[in-house]
Amino acid sequence: MKKFSLLSTRAGALFLAPATALVGVFVIIPFFWVIFVSFTNRTLLGRTAVDPDFVGLQNYFALFNPTTFFTRGQFGFSLILTIQFVLLSALIGQALLGLLLAWLSQSVTPTLKSFLQTAVIAAWILPEVVIGFAWFAFLDYDNGTLNMIMRGLGLPPGDWLLQQPFWVIVFFNTWRGAAFSMMLFNSAFQSIPPSYFQAADVAGATSWQKLRDIALPLIRGHVVTDLILITMWTFNVFTPFLLTHGGPSYRTEILSIYTYRIAFKDFEFGKGAAVGVVIMLINLAFALVYLRLAHKKPMEAE
Amino acid sequence: MRKAPNIFLRRTIFSAAATFLGTVFALPLVWFVFAPFNARAELGLAIPSPFTLSNFATVFQNTFAMQALLNSLIQAAGGVVLVGAAATLAAYALSRSPIPGKGAVTYILLLFSSVVSGSAAMVPIFLIISAAGLIDTHLAVILVFAGGLLPTAMFILRDFIDAIPRSYEESAMVAGASPLQAFFDVALPVIRPGIVVVVVWAFVNIWGSFLIPFILLRSDKLMPASVAIYSFYSEAGTPIVTLLAAYSLIYSLPVIALYLFVNWKFGFRFFGGIKS
Repeated sequence: MKKFSLLSTRAGALFLAPATALVGVFVIIPFFWVIFVSFTNRTLLGRTAVDPDFVGLQNYFALFNPTTFFTRGQFGFSLILTIQFVLLSALIGQALLGLLLAWLSQSVTPTLKSFLQTAVIAAWILPEVVIGFAWFAFLDYDNGTLNMIMRGLGLPPGDWLLQQPFWVIVFFNTWRGAAFSMMLFNSAFQSIPPSYFQAADVAGATSWQKLRDIALPLIRGHVVTDLILITMWTFNVFTPFLLTHGGPSYRTEILSIYTYRIAFKDFEFGKGAAVGVVIMLINLAFALVYLRLAHKKPMEAE
Repeated sequence: MRKAPNIFLRRTIFSAAATFLGTVFALPLVWFVFAPFNARAELGLAIPSPFTLSNFATVFQNTFAMQALLNSLIQAAGGVVLVGAAATLAAYALSRSPIPGKGAVTYILLLFSSVVSGSAAMVPIFLIISAAGLIDTHLAVILVFAGGLLPTAMFILRDFIDAIPRSYEESAMVAGASPLQAFFDVALPVIRPGIVVVVVWAFVNIWGSFLIPFILLRSDKLMPASVAIYSFYSEAGTPIVTLLAAYSLIYSLPVIALYLFVNWKFGFRFFGGIKS
């Protein structure tokens, strides 16, 4: 017997209309519009704000100009900085730390586990401006908690935001985002039948052997999902702006902050749009890989 | 027998590592636990003596600060209502109606929403909002968030509705209910937990966000708390720490409360892409 449908095609289309309109106007149209604007010299103010000229690929040539590409404060510098930022804070920091946190959570007492998870998740759920301000206080040279600890241990205090701004945003982003990987790996570990580990215990396996030989091969899919998602998010994250504003002297100006400066400080929308297009292409590559791996369902549902 | 001290040693190492990491994660936030209750709070860590609520009194007397919290509430509530309603209708249609190509629709929406996000989205979103003449309005912020959060919300809800047996609505319709009645009276009450999850998720996202209102709003009287907090600086450019600390705590409370609520009600189940 053919299943009779609960909603006619017409009613279904009507149900879909509000969502389609909102996503169409505020997600899909902007996508094509920004490509168009990237071929113009549009600005926020002045003549070119209302009547921009078509400039072809000029904005893209400016971004990829080899003579200035690696100069601090230019697109290339920012792109390379962003790649380092993603590698260190997401792929190494968040993923490895998340794995370690999840593995530790499996083998400590419930009290200790809830202390650990509360601290990690608090870093993740609190609003970003609050976190930004808490870190500003944490890193303060004269009175900040970090330098208080440094002095207590007999180590020299540092003016971290001025001396090591890049490492500050790397540690900041690792700290902020580790919860996601931890929770994902937590649920992955819980999906493994306990008997696998009990058998390993009987054979006298160490914790490291259990992680390497049993757990990791079984949760490979989760690891890939985690790596792609945190790479995408870290690549687009704007939160370090709240800590450093991209400075000092562009040393923490990752692509999101660079885009903001070009478009909303220098008011060069054409060039800002070109940067946006490059970022979208990179996002597209990650999203296609992710959707292929993780969300096969919507395609198969047909 | 030989293994016993080994296990003990291992447990000790694991517990020590967990304690150390938990402490490291908590450290940047410890200051934030004490400063709101200290009338002379500075950036340094200090136990307040005496514990006082005077900083909160200062916040409540500051009309600009209170207006900003109200603005956050307006924008988050507006966005949540739109996302909740549009996503429920759309997810139901995707799950229950025979529309051709609905799988492809979901796929394309998800793809676009992950491509046009974060730093890539700020220029195009500003352009479309200024073309629509909506710069510096609550509506601009609400619509942009609704559009951005909808695809993920639809996806979560569709999974949820797919898991509910169709026989619920089918039997209602056999008993003579119209499709609309089957949706509102039979399906909707069953879907409600899923809607709650989506609504909480959308609220936390909008409430906490900085970038979108920062680029779309101009006037002080529309700023949500996330942007307004940056005006709590003295004329010399130094932060008014007492005000900032107390305000940050008040501003964080809804997020903490909702997290605890979801945790208590559903257990913290894992939702992929819980933050956009």
